[in-house]
Amino acid sequence: MLTDIIIVLAIMILGIGIGLYIGNRPKIIKVVGVLTSFSIFLLLFLLGIGVGTNDKIINNLHSIGMQALVLTVGAILGSLVCAWATYKFFFQKAK
Amino acid sequence: MKGSLIILGFFILGLILGLTRFLPSSLLEGDFSIYALYLLMFLVGIGIGTDRDSWKVIRQVNIKIVLVPLSVIVGSLIGVSAVSILLSNINFGEAMAVGAGFGYYSLSSVIITEFHSETLGVIALLSNIIREILTLLATPLFVKYFGKLAGIASGGATAMDTTMPIIVQYSGKEYAIIAVFSGIVLTILVPVFVPLILQFL
Repeated sequence: MLTDIIIVLAIMILGIGIGLYIGNRPKIIKVVGVLTSFSIFLLLFLLGIGVGTNDKIINNLHSIGMQALVLTVGAILGSLVCAWATYKFFFQKAK
Repeated sequence: MKGSLIILGFFILGLILGLTRFLPSSLLEGDFSIYALYLLMFLVGIGIGTDRDSWKVIRQVNIKIVLVPLSVIVGSLIGVSAVSILLSNINFGEAMAVGAGFGYYSLSSVIITEFHSETLGVIALLSNIIREILTLLATPLFVKYFGKLAGIASGGATAMDTTMPIIVQYSGKEYAIIAVFSGIVLTILVPVFVPLILQFL
């Protein structure tokens, strides 16, 4: 799995490099944007199929939804607390 | 908004086809999703590299703006780890992988599916969707009780586009740049953090 992860990151960095090199070519940017959208659609479609055929998930949907909700609340609350501290100590102007 | 609906539409379409088993078996057997992911990462990389406006924003700002995405990262990861104690099926590492989506539900869920499991991938999908929706709905409340960076923090990676308007509305126009910067940084970090967390935790 580590090799897959390294490959994935390397590919992204390669893409960033190519992107920086290409610079500001609106037509290319537009094509890349469309291809990116299609890739995301495709992958989410495949994920949907995978989930639909996965009885373990389907039978536990309510529990999975609950776990997602709990995790989200944790992530958001943690972010809010840190945001409050950062705002108070670094951004807020003294009145 | 329209983009989000189309993305979800494809997911639901696949879901229905999967549930009804209305598919050729080749689609079920083949594991070519990793190649699709390679393609996506390549395109995402190019998108990042060609985004001149984003690089310009990054260069124009006061260095302390870096604290904003940093707060989101620290807050999200700690928050998610803390609540994972309540969840028997999920350990710290898995929770953090989900939290490291920072709201970027499409990419984080496919990465997690590929490198961990479909189950965690769906949890990540749902969690990060809920994060975006909650931000859209509750930013006024968040800003009131947690300060002007609250909406940006809650939005995470989505603060650069989908949640930017609501953030600007309740924190003020001057926070638009911070929102975009933070959103961009987090968007770039999602495909870095999620795989690394899955590998090492």
